[in-house]
Amino acid sequence: MNWPAVQAIFMHEMMRFFRTLTQSIASPVISTTLYFVVFGAAIGGRIQSVEGISYGAFIVPGLMMLTVLQQSVANASFGIYFPKFAGTIYEILVSPTAWLEVALGYVGAAALKAILVALLILATSFFFVDMTIAHPVWMIAFLVMTAVAFSLLGFIIGLWAKNFEQLQIIPMMVITPLVFLGGAFYSASMLPPFWEQVAKLNPVLYLVSGFRWAFFDVADVPIGVSLVAVAIMIGVLMAAIRWIFLTGWRLRE
Amino acid sequence: MTAIIDVDHLSKTYDSGTKALDDVSLTIEEGEIIALLGPNGAGKTTLISTICGLVVPTGGTVRVGGHDIRTDWRAARKMIGLVPQEIAIELFETVMNTVRFTRGLYGQRPDDAYLEQVLRSLTLWDKRDSLIKELSGGMKRRVLIAKALAHRPRVLFLDEPTAGVDVALRREMWQVVRRLRQEGVTIILTTHYLEEAEEMADRIGVINHGQLLLVKPKAELMGEFGKKRLTIELYEPLDAIPPEITADRALDLSEDGRSLGYDYDTRAERTGIARLLADLSGAGIKVRDVSTKQSTLEEVFLDLVDEDEHAQEASEPMEKTA
Repeated sequence: MNWPAVQAIFMHEMMRFFRTLTQSIASPVISTTLYFVVFGAAIGGRIQSVEGISYGAFIVPGLMMLTVLQQSVANASFGIYFPKFAGTIYEILVSPTAWLEVALGYVGAAALKAILVALLILATSFFFVDMTIAHPVWMIAFLVMTAVAFSLLGFIIGLWAKNFEQLQIIPMMVITPLVFLGGAFYSASMLPPFWEQVAKLNPVLYLVSGFRWAFFDVADVPIGVSLVAVAIMIGVLMAAIRWIFLTGWRLRE
Repeated sequence: MTAIIDVDHLSKTYDSGTKALDDVSLTIEEGEIIALLGPNGAGKTTLISTICGLVVPTGGTVRVGGHDIRTDWRAARKMIGLVPQEIAIELFETVMNTVRFTRGLYGQRPDDAYLEQVLRSLTLWDKRDSLIKELSGGMKRRVLIAKALAHRPRVLFLDEPTAGVDVALRREMWQVVRRLRQEGVTIILTTHYLEEAEEMADRIGVINHGQLLLVKPKAELMGEFGKKRLTIELYEPLDAIPPEITADRALDLSEDGRSLGYDYDTRAERTGIARLLADLSGAGIKVRDVSTKQSTLEEVFLDLVDEDEHAQEASEPMEKTA
């Protein structure tokens, strides 16, 4: 393994995060606060509790997931797309760095940034709601796995994208709807039976559900299924990245 | 000297059908400077990019320091530094950080003392903490060279290193390249400036239509292909060249009638100079002075490419009927 290369890419990406700290941190915190005001105060006033949990607390895991998914995809896709756009990717392609090392550097940094922002949102939410986390270790494990899985997806989007429009389109058209329909703000069991079955086709439901279980010990689907779903996603995405680097698709001519 | 790069029957055909490299074989000795010349789109950059791993070849092999670039790619790439043609560089990074980044990519531990040496040799040390976007074009190009040297490569590829660079900076670049050669770095450069190749290269390769037309030591190439011009200054001006002298040779008379020009090929068995001088003397024309001028590499190069163009044109109708 070429560890110095992994470290170089990882640190380079993290430095970008710290250079734009206000942008990296202020915007997710502000939008989360808005969600709390709109969903927590306005809707929470009408829905007292979901499955025995106050609505304000109930949406915290969903909000964190929403952030992790969006941040992971955005960080990783931009991280690899930008060198392609600026032409500096040549440097990585001619260096003795294997696909796994490149992916580790970019995906590791993207995932860590997303996790940091999610934890910041968790900290913010303690100002609004009173709650205790039932399985903190599992909570972190889920957070990390989800951040890694969606950073891998973002990395592939960045490799695939040929322009900035393509870079934006999947997060906007696919990720955000999946999160909103994945039970971030409600429990799947609140849906009519038919729609509950449809919702179960949405992979994000398993992430939100598993994550919520770590918080409150209640879940829409069994926790094991959620874990397997994330693990499969990571495996498939890793295989796709390996294929891209080995064939040189959209990277080498 | 031993071969550091061995290109064997290398071919690259793009998906569009364009044949960018057509059966190129080339051996580069350790420590030499080789210049690749060719018109735009001749295949120079594709050749460099294939050796460096940016382009996947469709045929043939390349070995760098004995390591195959496909099967033993890590070892091969560790030996190479590439300075690309375009100034592709992260603008919001400092000079020192970007050079450190490259060193890391090559799997090497930080060594700021060595990087200081590199930056000083490229007169970039004072700018080490400046953001790259604040640097001039020439400095950005030097940063690219510094990045390419960050891991102590044994082979350095310079793709059009002085394109769009002013004369003073070009000479500065040449000095940098000469210094690197003294340190034992093998240098492969592509260029449009024949002056550059003439000034620096030990050997010159001419590429056109993806084929390597020839590779020769510079002096040999110029001697072999070089035409010379003999200028004969006369005591008395002539109105016209006497017919007995102009008979079977290409002579021209200057406007003031005071000098005769005679083009001859150094490859010819007889240059005809002695006979010309004898004939002039026989005709009673007194010679004041004689001088010769070697044709420049530019003229040699244009001749070669021209010949190739004619050969291509001639072979095309035959290919169509075949």
